[in-house]
Amino acid sequence: MTPPAVEARSLSRAFGARAALTDVTFSVSRGEIFALLGPNGGGKTTLFRILATLLPPGAGSFSIDGLDPTVAGRTVRRRLGVVFQAPSLDKKLTVGENLALQGDLYGLRSGARSSRVAELLELFGLEDRAGDLVETLSGGLARRAEIAKALLHAPPVLLLDEPSTGLDPGARRDLIDALASLARAGTAVLLTTHLFEEAEAAHRIGLLDRGCLLALDTPAALKATLGGDVVTVEAKDDAGAPSLAAGIESLFGAEAGRITVVGPTVRVERKAAHTFVPRLVEAFPGAFKSVTLGAPSLEDVFIARTGRRFREADAPGAGNGPG
Amino acid sequence: MSPSLALARREIVRFFRQKSRVVGAVAPPLVMWILVGSGFRGSFREDTFGYFFPGTVVLVVLFAAIFATISVIEDRREGFLQGVLVSPVAPASIALGKVLGGAVLGLMQGLPLLLLVPLTGLEVDAGGLLAAAALLALLAFALTSLGFAIAWSLESTQGFHAIMNLFLIPMWLLSGAFFPVDGASSWLGAAMAVNPLTYGVAALRRALGGSAPAWISPSLSLAVTAAFAVLMFAAAVAVVARLPAGPAARLAAARERRT
Repeated sequence: MTPPAVEARSLSRAFGARAALTDVTFSVSRGEIFALLGPNGGGKTTLFRILATLLPPGAGSFSIDGLDPTVAGRTVRRRLGVVFQAPSLDKKLTVGENLALQGDLYGLRSGARSSRVAELLELFGLEDRAGDLVETLSGGLARRAEIAKALLHAPPVLLLDEPSTGLDPGARRDLIDALASLARAGTAVLLTTHLFEEAEAAHRIGLLDRGCLLALDTPAALKATLGGDVVTVEAKDDAGAPSLAAGIESLFGAEAGRITVVGPTVRVERKAAHTFVPRLVEAFPGAFKSVTLGAPSLEDVFIARTGRRFREADAPGAGNGPG
Repeated sequence: MSPSLALARREIVRFFRQKSRVVGAVAPPLVMWILVGSGFRGSFREDTFGYFFPGTVVLVVLFAAIFATISVIEDRREGFLQGVLVSPVAPASIALGKVLGGAVLGLMQGLPLLLLVPLTGLEVDAGGLLAAAALLALLAFALTSLGFAIAWSLESTQGFHAIMNLFLIPMWLLSGAFFPVDGASSWLGAAMAVNPLTYGVAALRRALGGSAPAWISPSLSLAVTAAFAVLMFAAAVAVVARLPAGPAARLAAARERRT
């Protein structure tokens, strides 16, 4: 049986008295995109640094392709491609020089190195920028060069820390497409993110908050843990919401599903809500401003698991620093 | 290309792409040589241009080492170093790459100065110039290793400047480059005797046809300079192996505590 590409077993890490990571266990297989989703300060970057072999775990262990990094450190590093949140390209070197240097650091022979550099420049659409200094590239291009650099030695495992930082929506979609095609080719992709849309593109998501892994499943399965669809009814004012909620409950009874009141809105979680909405509209004419029907979002999942909204969960002052 | 050579080449390429560094490393010691040499001319019998020349060459190499090793702090801050640290390159190869690059830069700045020898009044033959070049190479390697070992765990270039003023410049002043060992008071003389750079400067002075204190024999000066280079390089390797994250782990911990 082939071992998982990444396997974390009860990883913990504290900084002083503060526990940054507590008992985190998961595994990632080849060809899988795995997203560690969580607010800033949730422990994502600490976990990333441990997996990238930059920070020893306080407790627990992990393996890459079944190899223990404390025993086979250099072999493990050869199998890892690492994309940091902050750029790691030398700004005073050209794109081509940066890639060539990376090839030298990973021990590629000069023939293999040149063909691999050409291959990646083409794959990331950077051929005509190979001779440009990195400091002259736009954010999106620099990010592509960054990922090309991490892939130069064809690592079976790719780790990315907040990879879409500073990218516009178009470049972000390109990045997600690129990761998807890498995964199809058999690479295990592990990324950290605080963006729901980025996590949405992963095969599986680990929800990381305050250093603990709260949930671990596919995006669909995570959302399915909530009761079907979410119908949001916006009452005319705050005072109208509770009576509207009571009206819905008395008319539909248990059939309505779980009802919660948040400010002027009434949220109803239920299955097959598309048949429910027309009846709701007919039963309460003029009693509300709008009715929206939607599938539960990952943010709904986060609220359900933590009792907090995602943005409120951002640790104060954490910024983009290690979290 | 081996990782060390690739990293060393990067140092040299970067240097020439930052013109201010070229000027910053060569100009100040030359200006100092001319000013100090001219200023002291009236006070000493010995020809001051000739006396200050070997020390000036060492100072150029020292400045080059300082600038080269400051780049470790920049490499860390700009993120380049983290990419090297997750690569399979061994700590000794990382240290060798940076030190070799810095030493070559030091030599590239120090060696051309030897062409000024005819202006100094010193009488040197070709063998002396070759010996001086070899000594400079050894000194460049030793001083770059020393600077690297210090800079590795520093988080800012300001920190390095403090250490430079407090430690590296006094080390140069107390090496016999600026005033003779033999005329110094007893405590100063003792400090100069334990300063490894004193022996390198003495050896260079001899190679360039000047005179050095009699108690520093040619073989002693060579042995101490070589040992200095070996020890400093061992220190450079040790900091990379023992503290791979440099100041980062400490900084990250502080940041984590604040949040």
